[in-house]
Amino acid sequence: MLHIVNKSATERNSLESCLRLATKGSAVLLIEDAVYAVTKGGTAAANIQAAMADLQIYALGPDLDARGMSARVLDGVKVVDYGGFVDLVAENNVCQSWL
Amino acid sequence: MSDMMDDMEGGEGVVKKFMFVNRKAPHGTIYALEGLEVVLVSAAFDQDVSMVFVDDGVYELIKGMNTKGIEVKDFSKTYRALDGYDIEKLYVEQSSMDARGLTEADLIVDVTVLDSAEMASLMAEQDVVISY
Amino acid sequence: MKIGIMVSEGPYNHQASDTAYLFARTAIEKGHKVPRVFFYHDGVNNSTRLTEPPTDDRNVVNRWSKLAEDHGVDLVVCIAAGMRRGIKDEILAPGFRISGLGQLVEAGIQCDRLVTFGD
Repeated sequence: MLHIVNKSATERNSLESCLRLATKGSAVLLIEDAVYAVTKGGTAAANIQAAMADLQIYALGPDLDARGMSARVLDGVKVVDYGGFVDLVAENNVCQSWL
Repeated sequence: MSDMMDDMEGGEGVVKKFMFVNRKAPHGTIYALEGLEVVLVSAAFDQDVSMVFVDDGVYELIKGMNTKGIEVKDFSKTYRALDGYDIEKLYVEQSSMDARGLTEADLIVDVTVLDSAEMASLMAEQDVVISY
Repeated sequence: MKIGIMVSEGPYNHQASDTAYLFARTAIEKGHKVPRVFFYHDGVNNSTRLTEPPTDDRNVVNRWSKLAEDHGVDLVVCIAAGMRRGIKDEILAPGFRISGLGQLVEAGIQCDRLVTFGD
């Protein structure tokens, strides 16, 4: 299962709910405003780091770039481009968006 | 039917597990109402349909709504009609209910209450997940 | 692989339509098929040819039309959601058509994946 989260974790609970309900081994891709969650020093960073024990965490590079956040990405988060996004959708049987 | 549907042939007789994920409260936005419209249409396709209510989505099922004062349609009674469409798999997450001070007695329809691990497993076994 | 897409937000207000478009274009470039994009909720507003963004901005509507023309993507606007929001045949941009919600369910059944972009 690929979980896609697009909302800032400091504005909405989408990421929190996704991390609560994603089963072990799932992939989580953060896009749009959700990418702020994978940057160092923020309140969501600890949750992301804890989640990496059970989940693969990805972030969409063009969204990080657009927000000036590319240099602040937490270690262990895999940054992908749109091609990587497509690959994640293809590799996982189902995808669920946390709107 | 457009020409594009040539790409879509071969789906006849397929039964997939469809899950509709409701995470938003009613009335403040239209997602709950229009989401319900998709579920009703999906009933005509003989798929294995589940509706789940997590986070603020559980507010969609509250008894005793009165929308007269805001002059919008009260669609909450439509949830009661779902079993007439053979849509009987309604699930709510316990922790979402707890966080909002709600119990099953507050809801307009019969639901199955799942803990978060059970909800996670249910989500993981779907073929198609549509969220609003 | 056949990848269906649902877009739930209008252009410009949210990034959803932009992300959906870039995803769809990239999927096609990588050899996948995007048989259908279904526009629901305020997403129906992606379909109007009356859209006129400033000339230095991307034209979200025309981009979808071009994707349909170049790659045969079926751009379906939900009739119920569209009627609520004043979207009718006479204002549709090229490549879009209006149809029912069954087209979304059908895409879910017949595509290998269905990806939702919204708010």
